[in-house]
Amino acid sequence: MNQAQTPNQFKKILDRTWSMLKAFGKKASPSFIAIGIGIVIGLIIMVAFNPAGAFQAMGRLLFSGLTSSRNMGQILYFSAPIILTGLAVAFAFKSGLFNIGASGQLMMGVLAAITVGIKLSLPAPFGWIVAMLAAALAGFIWGVIPGLMKAHANVNEVVTSIMMNYIGAYLFAIMIDLFLEQGNTKQSFPISSGSQIPSLSSIFPGSNANIGILFAILIAIGFHILIHKTTLGYQLKASGLSMPASKYAGMNTKKNIVLAMALSGMLAGIGGAVLALVANKTQPVLFGIFTEGFDGISVSLIGLGEPIGVIFSGLLLGMLRVGAFNVQLNDFDENIIKVIQGIMIYTIAVSVAIQIGLRKLIAHMKSKKQIEEAGEQA
Amino acid sequence: MTYKIEMRNITKIFGTLKANDQVNLKVAPGEIHAVLGENGAGKSTLMSILFGLYQPNEGQIFIDGKEVFISDPNVANDLGIGMVHQHFKLVDTFTVLENIILGYETVNRGFLSYLEPRKKITELMTMYKLDVDLDAYVKDISVGQQQRVEILKMLYRDNDMLILDEPTAVLTPQEIHELMRSLKAFAKEGKTLILISHKLNEIKEVADRCTILQLGKVVGEVDVPSTSIAKLASIMVGREVVFRVDKEAQEAGKVLLSVKDLNVIRHKKEVVKHVSFEVKSGEILGIAGIEGNGQTELVNAISGLIPMETGRIMLNGEAVETKTIREKYQLGLAHVPEDRQKHGLILDFTLGYNAFLEQYNDEPFQKYGFLREKEILKHTNQLIHDFDIRTERGSTTIARSMSGGNQQKAIIAREITRPHNLLLAVQPTRGLDVGAIEYIQKHLLEERRKGVGVLLVSLELDEILNLSDRILVMYEGLIVKELDPKSTNPEEIGFYMSGGSLHESSTNS
Repeated sequence: MNQAQTPNQFKKILDRTWSMLKAFGKKASPSFIAIGIGIVIGLIIMVAFNPAGAFQAMGRLLFSGLTSSRNMGQILYFSAPIILTGLAVAFAFKSGLFNIGASGQLMMGVLAAITVGIKLSLPAPFGWIVAMLAAALAGFIWGVIPGLMKAHANVNEVVTSIMMNYIGAYLFAIMIDLFLEQGNTKQSFPISSGSQIPSLSSIFPGSNANIGILFAILIAIGFHILIHKTTLGYQLKASGLSMPASKYAGMNTKKNIVLAMALSGMLAGIGGAVLALVANKTQPVLFGIFTEGFDGISVSLIGLGEPIGVIFSGLLLGMLRVGAFNVQLNDFDENIIKVIQGIMIYTIAVSVAIQIGLRKLIAHMKSKKQIEEAGEQA
Repeated sequence: MTYKIEMRNITKIFGTLKANDQVNLKVAPGEIHAVLGENGAGKSTLMSILFGLYQPNEGQIFIDGKEVFISDPNVANDLGIGMVHQHFKLVDTFTVLENIILGYETVNRGFLSYLEPRKKITELMTMYKLDVDLDAYVKDISVGQQQRVEILKMLYRDNDMLILDEPTAVLTPQEIHELMRSLKAFAKEGKTLILISHKLNEIKEVADRCTILQLGKVVGEVDVPSTSIAKLASIMVGREVVFRVDKEAQEAGKVLLSVKDLNVIRHKKEVVKHVSFEVKSGEILGIAGIEGNGQTELVNAISGLIPMETGRIMLNGEAVETKTIREKYQLGLAHVPEDRQKHGLILDFTLGYNAFLEQYNDEPFQKYGFLREKEILKHTNQLIHDFDIRTERGSTTIARSMSGGNQQKAIIAREITRPHNLLLAVQPTRGLDVGAIEYIQKHLLEERRKGVGVLLVSLELDEILNLSDRILVMYEGLIVKELDPKSTNPEEIGFYMSGGSLHESSTNS
């Protein structure tokens, strides 16, 4: 190899990296634009409440999560369940279904996981593995019901999965009250030590981080492979894009609907296990729908419905959550911060949705014009 | 001389596409002027500019020698320009009379007056022999009559320049004949007509002059009576076109598809009634009929897209009434569907992903449930090459962005390259230009030569007559007649298509 070639090769690698980055930037640009809009809106509200501390507070909200290994661990801890619900929503969406019932599926996952964790005191790896499988099964069942109703009775899955959220939330409170309540505390027993998901506190000292985040990432990669590389993913995407054409292609569209909802529910159920299988954590005997499922919708939107994108958007939400805790030091009321955080998340999610909608509209108008242009007979 | 309509150097650009490029159109008063061109040649754009729907990027329009600026269709109307669109713009739940006067109502002390309009319209109807029941609801009258309503609308508004966009696409031969007669009558009365079409024989029949567009540019302006159809076609396509497809005589083989007493009910209406027929190896069975007489439902019931009520369907000797679509494909069924965008393609998938739509579970496209991109690419490139599918980016082209003709070529390529011995082809050439039609018909005959049984449903009688070995005519869900293409003619088919035999027998009895 002579010397003249080296700069050439270097340039080639640089070019390739640059074009890959450009392609990524182009694909992810709606998310970045939306995050920018979210930050600006959040900042405006902060200035309204506390002009002096606003900028510093925004800095804290965004970046304080990265300042210590404890905070980073907390980000991973908070992110893991919402990455999983985000994957659940994204998975259903790839098949053209809107799973708004991730919350209910997640709660069933929590219920199944802590039942195993409290009632069966299995030793260490088996305890949490069995609990996790039970959670996956519970989520699967909670997802399969709206799927069956959609496929065989043509009942809209949005309506049924919202109803399943309520049924799940009441069932959750009743079951804990009846079987898992610790004395009269209105709280469940904590889970047995063998059922705790192995902690990562050796890497992130002082945090609650556990290997749930690894599961979330592995599942995201698995989801990516399933949807983009397999015949099952091909069928699910086809059903999502055009039901009549999938039917024409000889696909079993009913089976695909049920399967997509069931697997989506399963992901949310695993999210429940990751949320619940933590040392000293108890669940309340109280009616309330967990918000992780709804966060999943935002996470999925911000991640543009792609599993790899969902990992990053889930981490972003986790970062905001940890940051929000630290902003209290800037003389902001805790509730105000929650409001700001909520507004930011939804602004980001909604701006992604609007941008995707606009792009589709523009593409649609373009193709319509072309068809008119072609003078095509209908 | 002063032209009635003159469009000078019209250029219209959509994005990067030059839909019209320095187009000149000159129409003399009282002339029937045809605008001819393949799909995408820019005919509709040009007419939309004349009617005020689009504004040109460059160029001028003159009416009676005076420059005009047609900013919207109302301006066009005031100038006397009327247009019948390919898709009629009528209110279904209004009567014919209400539709005609809509927008030009006569008001008497704040109330609508129907008397004077009715008188005027009746006069127009007698003058041009355009009979329609003025008090019928538009939803209850035939497509041909709806077109008359559109024409009467223009006449009622005293338009003296009439634009007709593909007016014969939806008509029976008899109706086409009547329309042609009316067009000539309008011209005789001094009206100026522009006829957009890609049907050469109709242009030959009525038009005086013809402007031919190709890819947005004028490639010829000819005197029609002194120009042959073949010449028109070759100017339009830019090469010689063979009209008569050569069909060799060939014995039909064994029965591949047998349908017995098939009934289909959709939305509580019997749409296919007691239909029985057979398709044999190496024959093309043509089904003729006006749109909406049960042909679509017949084919969809055979393929399994919609459920059937009663009857027996045998495919390669096996009863398939309860079999899934996939199982029928495995038994040798291939299907070029009527609606290529709804059923035939997943528009947001790439061409490559559409090229094995029904074979995703078969070797070599998958192994252990994983897609084999290399095999998919190889297969797609083969189809692109063998069937001359024009794409922007080969296998990775999004199907939605392809032209209608290339979408159809892709579907046909996919269907006839996968293992099959029975082909359902529904309107395989609908909306395509002469070049693509020729190409697709050639492939259908090639299928026949290979011994495939073909069930061809088409609204184009020429296509049915040219390709079929036998013709069945459908009317209101019934098969009313079987005809031999060698001894029949369009008029006879048209007679049965419009239910002629039934009406006749009912008056006889």
